[in-house]
Amino acid sequence: MKAVIAENLVKTYNKGAVKALDGLNLDVEEGTVLGVLGPNGAGKTTTVRILATLLSPDSGNATVAGIDVLKHPDEVRKLIGLSGQYAAVDETLTGWDNLIMFGRLYHLSAQATKQRAIELLEQFALSDAAKRPIKTYSGGMRRRLDLAASLIIRPKVLFLDEPTTGLDPRGRQDMWGVIDDLVKGGVTLLLTTQYLEEADHLADEIAVIDHGKVIARGTSDSLKKQVGGERLEIVVENEHLEIVKDIVARVSGSAINVDEGLRQISAPVTTGSKALIEAAKMLDEKGIHPLDIGLKRPSLDDVFLSLTGHVAEEKKEEEASVNKGRRRGK
Amino acid sequence: MINFISDAAVITKRQLLQLSRVPELLLFSTIQPIMFVLLFRYVFGGSIDTGQPGGYVQLLMPGIFVQTVAFTLAGTAVGLAADMQKGLIDRFRSLPISRSAVVIGRTLGDGALNIVVLTAMGVAGYAVGWRPTSSLFEVFLGFVFLLVFGFAMSWIGVLIGLSVREERVATNATFIVVFPLTFLSNAFAPTTGMPKPLQYVAEWNPVSTMVAACRELFGLENQFGATAGSFPSENPLQMSVIYMILIMAIFIPLSIRKYNNAAKK
Ligand SMILES: Nc1ncnc2c1ncn2[C@@H]1O[C@H](COP(=O)(O)OP(=O)(O)OP(=O)(O)O)[C@@H](O)[C@H]1O
Ligand SMILES: [Mg+2]
Repeated sequence: MKAVIAENLVKTYNKGAVKALDGLNLDVEEGTVLGVLGPNGAGKTTTVRILATLLSPDSGNATVAGIDVLKHPDEVRKLIGLSGQYAAVDETLTGWDNLIMFGRLYHLSAQATKQRAIELLEQFALSDAAKRPIKTYSGGMRRRLDLAASLIIRPKVLFLDEPTTGLDPRGRQDMWGVIDDLVKGGVTLLLTTQYLEEADHLADEIAVIDHGKVIARGTSDSLKKQVGGERLEIVVENEHLEIVKDIVARVSGSAINVDEGLRQISAPVTTGSKALIEAAKMLDEKGIHPLDIGLKRPSLDDVFLSLTGHVAEEKKEEEASVNKGRRRGK
Repeated sequence: MINFISDAAVITKRQLLQLSRVPELLLFSTIQPIMFVLLFRYVFGGSIDTGQPGGYVQLLMPGIFVQTVAFTLAGTAVGLAADMQKGLIDRFRSLPISRSAVVIGRTLGDGALNIVVLTAMGVAGYAVGWRPTSSLFEVFLGFVFLLVFGFAMSWIGVLIGLSVREERVATNATFIVVFPLTFLSNAFAPTTGMPKPLQYVAEWNPVSTMVAACRELFGLENQFGATAGSFPSENPLQMSVIYMILIMAIFIPLSIRKYNNAAKK
């Protein structure tokens, strides 16, 4: 069964001048993780806000757990958890106060709320900070508390909008661990991200969106295939270039690609590691020891680039700033 | 219905918790009106001849009480705008709670804060010579009036806060609303000294009728200029009740609609 379905969602701003969503379609199978991957302004947040009942689309339909999001938002709210792009908790209150407040707003009894707050603080390694105002939390702690708040009722369907943006590599690892555990617990998850690596790691299936549309979807493997299969790559000293061209051409059987500068010869192969062993044997027979030899599968970066092209640079900047552990200024 | 009450109560409780977590908030929201009492009492008190027994402070206190509760509007607007800005309103809206619970909880919380503030001001006023001459019941009724007025003003604040969506804009916007409202009134000086056309505005101003109502309830005579003998000057109590009902009748539905329509943006 599909836990989330979005059909032809359209959302425009400024009287149609800005098309945030332009006929977006997606669905998430129950108990699986869909990674919605897209650059800045692709429409990720808009999609999540519509599915989480916060925003009405201009047209299109959406259901969550089989319930129409537009017709019965109150029913949907009882089943979902949402952790938005920016942590939304009361900063002057403590972590404990916040969880209690949200628990009570979900209409759990006082006793059940306390129980759940203790559990969640434990689960998210926040027990020690429970009695401190959120103001004093680090970015990662805030994000975890925000996530904890969205899990109070053990939602059936969880929406996480860029859960690791702005976290340093360590915070990101922690968050991944937390999300992995949730997924093992069986929740259906729709998560947005700008990081290919993250979608690759966390998601069963990936939907690449750009300009408010899904431009590709599938497992991370099938997306990689879409861009092209494996390639055999060999780097050698200049003197052996000619012989190696010959070998690669024979193993591959298709057109080879030569990069004189990098002294690299590559060609698509269909037989995987068998082709690699074959090439290695032939090189060995000729007494050639390559500087590098390997099978290269296209990375998700390649997928993304070949699908959208135009965002490659923006994405690189993003990545760089996160690696330095800076918070994204927004 | 039970859920609705408990939801609103959770939101109100959140605000009271904030006060206990950041006691400075309560401290400064109390010190400010007390400072006003002292400043006006000693800076202008000597130069304004009131013709009332007990002097200026008797006229001043109701004025400052009303001004203070009128400013509830600002607290509400700024608080809600901050919640909008920080995404908390979005989060509340993603929860299965009654549509109006968040704003009602907020206005009740801001209204409740006035109990503390008015008490502190009353004590400070007493210390500098304020002595109501009416019965205890009338004095009590005066404070009930003030609390209800503060609650009504708070709803105007809801609409402002949800419309501007940004804390700093809300701060400025509310000043522009509340300052003219409180100074174009009889709160600090008799309206009889104003140019005639302004007297009409000042005397029909809800703040003025509230001040006049409180003065009456605390045992004082009111002076009216241009509107002397008209309905608001003869019946400030009734007029104030009408104003409060009007403000709530207009701004409660508008505010709740605004809250629900945040989805369209
Ligand atoms: N309230 C609004 N008014 C006008 N334009 C908006 C509004 N909200 C979003 N947009 C526009 O809609 C488009 C999609 O925005 P959205 O926030 O969904 O992108 P996103 O994929 O979440 O981006 P990011 O990675 O930066 O969070 C953007 O071009 C954005 O500028
Ligand atoms: Mg976004």
